[in-house]
Amino acid sequence: MKSLEELKAIREKAMKKLNVRTAGEEEIKILVGMGTCGISAGARETLTAMVEEINNRNLQNVVISQVGCLGNCFGEPIVQVNIPNQKSILYGKVTPAKGKKIIEKHILNGEILEDLIIGEAFH
Amino acid sequence: MKNSRLHMLVCGGTGCESQDSNKLVNALNLVLDKYGYKDEVEVIKTGCFGFCEKGPIIKVQPDDIFYVEVKPKDAKRIVEEHVIKGRKVEDLLYNEPVKKEKVERQHDMSFYKKQVRIALRNCGLINPENIEEYIAVDGYLALGNVLTTMTPMEVIELVKESGLRGRGGGGFPTGYKWELTYQNKNDLKFIICNADEGDPGAFMDRSILEGDPHSVLEAMAIAGYAIGAEKGYIYIRAEYPLAIHRLNIAISQARELGLLGTRLFDTDFNFDIELKYGAGAFVCGEETALINSVEGGRGEPNAKPPFPAESGLWNRPSCVNNVETFANIPPIILKGPKWFSGIGTEKSKGTKVFALAGKVNNVGLVEVPMGTKLRDIIYEIGGGVRDNLKLKAVQTGGPSGGCITEEELDIPIDYDSLKSIGSMMGSGGMIVMDEKDCMVNISKFYLEFTEEESCGKCTPCRIGNKRLHEILTKITNGEGTEEDLERLVTLGDMIKDSSLCGLGQTSPNPVLSTLKHFREEYLEHVVNKNCPAGVCKGLSKKKPVNKQ
Amino acid sequence: MLEPLILQEENNQEKKLPNEKYEKLQKYIDELPVKEGTLIQVLHKAQEIFGYLPRDVQLYVARALGVTGAKVYGVVSFYNYFNDKPRGEYLINVCTGTACFVKGCGAILEAISEKLNIASGETTEDGKFTLNGVRCIGACGLAPIIIVDDKVFGRVKVEEIDKILSSY
Repeated sequence: MKSLEELKAIREKAMKKLNVRTAGEEEIKILVGMGTCGISAGARETLTAMVEEINNRNLQNVVISQVGCLGNCFGEPIVQVNIPNQKSILYGKVTPAKGKKIIEKHILNGEILEDLIIGEAFH
Repeated sequence: MKNSRLHMLVCGGTGCESQDSNKLVNALNLVLDKYGYKDEVEVIKTGCFGFCEKGPIIKVQPDDIFYVEVKPKDAKRIVEEHVIKGRKVEDLLYNEPVKKEKVERQHDMSFYKKQVRIALRNCGLINPENIEEYIAVDGYLALGNVLTTMTPMEVIELVKESGLRGRGGGGFPTGYKWELTYQNKNDLKFIICNADEGDPGAFMDRSILEGDPHSVLEAMAIAGYAIGAEKGYIYIRAEYPLAIHRLNIAISQARELGLLGTRLFDTDFNFDIELKYGAGAFVCGEETALINSVEGGRGEPNAKPPFPAESGLWNRPSCVNNVETFANIPPIILKGPKWFSGIGTEKSKGTKVFALAGKVNNVGLVEVPMGTKLRDIIYEIGGGVRDNLKLKAVQTGGPSGGCITEEELDIPIDYDSLKSIGSMMGSGGMIVMDEKDCMVNISKFYLEFTEEESCGKCTPCRIGNKRLHEILTKITNGEGTEEDLERLVTLGDMIKDSSLCGLGQTSPNPVLSTLKHFREEYLEHVVNKNCPAGVCKGLSKKKPVNKQ
Repeated sequence: MLEPLILQEENNQEKKLPNEKYEKLQKYIDELPVKEGTLIQVLHKAQEIFGYLPRDVQLYVARALGVTGAKVYGVVSFYNYFNDKPRGEYLINVCTGTACFVKGCGAILEAISEKLNIASGETTEDGKFTLNGVRCIGACGLAPIIIVDDKVFGRVKVEEIDKILSSY
């Protein structure tokens, strides 16, 4: 080890991986509905695409979590975005491409994608 | 490095491993592979979560879901339900014994709520066999800061200011110990880590070494820099194969990245660490005995002075610190002495890890701020006494400590308060006993231990403890007299006053403290030939003495 | 390699211990960078190779390291981990730490001892089992514990002992 910078470079790289584990209350949470209907509507592909997008953009404070049925079966795949101190937003019919867009617009720029919203989140 | 969306942290401590947590990891990987989820979910074997009562344990992140008593055969259900469908596996959740309800999240479990984890900060969080995960949680940053921005004396002052005291039992201020070794000029000095955890019933040091070995290596390098030593030894029990294995991996990874070796962080400081195996001797926890053992001889203590700081290993200035003490060092450097001294009581700063065991609902490792009440540890974290029986006593400090009764449960525990009630902190063993335990028999158990472990060098300890044990055996066989009780006290005091090392100076504590608090129970044994708890064979069992 | 001594009477050995084992030990000793202070380390290795430390092996180590036989015996007899008697095929360790003690390890040890007709520290006549008490392996959540070789049995009840033993 030659310098603090070298150590910090290893740390930055390794932290990305541990981010999932150290998630706290202050983080942005994205919930993907993974009930049977969600899965059959392609929720898994959406989830994978969003995980990829977060990694590519190196976002540290965002975690993705899969949850059971969110109760709006007509709109699967469903994605809920919880940003601390803001109202939760529930998006429906989220394809992998739309999932990436949610991250780009909503998470990064704070622009809510009105046309994708399907309703109020329960929690 | 792949970034999975879900991390399954499986406890790989000795307690869980002996309940097939290894097989569980394999089973999870197998099922994940079968369903094609291997790239999304990572299974990580971590160090001990501390909640040994309900092992093997899996924590799923980022969901913060905590599964207990998971068997390899449960792997399929966890993957099918939790991973694929996002549903919790209800029957594997923890059932809170007091409130009788299922708890999903680790943060909501009363076992964890009151805990403050400093020494155990990374246990159950990182993979101990991967140095990068340690670096991700600020590992080796303290060493880097120290080497590039501080003088040895500044490091010592910082540790002194934090108020950290030795966690191995004695409670000697760590910074002061470093300073003494620093002041003795010599071309060769040594830093030694005491990992010879001898108290039967304490396993925090092993858990730290298994769960977060790098934190000890880093702290030893920091200590080496502070006192001027380039060589460190870890003296570890040969009975801890898993800890040895993980330490060896950690040392070679640290060498590979140049965090051990020559010219660390491009400074003039060189440091390396070697393991030395103990061979099972309780007395080797005493620092001069430990040094004799590291030199390859019998682990008998020497008279002090000279202290190791002056003349230790190979007659060179040496500094011996315990594992838990070392584990506190990196956070103290990174967060500052004020942060650390802000936790705890006036004279005991920071936290202490206790190994909570015996007749308590939640057996495990708990780390709490100094000054926490024993009542909170037993009833809130520990979930109360098993089978709703009445608490009789709590033994702290192992064979060197004493017992604490119901009336003393509200005393904030720290080094000094425990001493004032006739017990001691020791290494942090904490055994809960209920009304079915016989205190005379417990004392006999400890004396049998010290008699066996006495090294034999000094007479009071070698012969005195043997006599104490004989008298106690006589009492538990129903042949004791009231005079025997007086003999126990006189002899006990004598052994304490005249023994050479800490072992003998504290070995009568269990008998003296139980005699003080449970004299009636002793009297019942010698006068009425009755063992109220019904433990001692050869004695009748009549109705229990109503002590409390 | 030094010529191994044969002290059959004291050793209870019918024949000399195998030369390959001595050679293995000698090789280990030769590869040590310094010999000073390595006695315990070498004894660990010797016990790993021979299974136990009979008098012959102790004296061999003494000569190889240039220390007295008394010093070696002093160390072997001091530490619990070293034993100078041969071990049975299976080693049964009963944890006698405090947590196991309050949960009744005494009765467990007694029951095994009765069943096998040996005391703690002894080996059965057929050489199958050696029984030992050990101090805390640190899995107190599972108390009381017995360990047969590497297999851990937790929360053991006296009634289960027959079943455990008969599986070996």
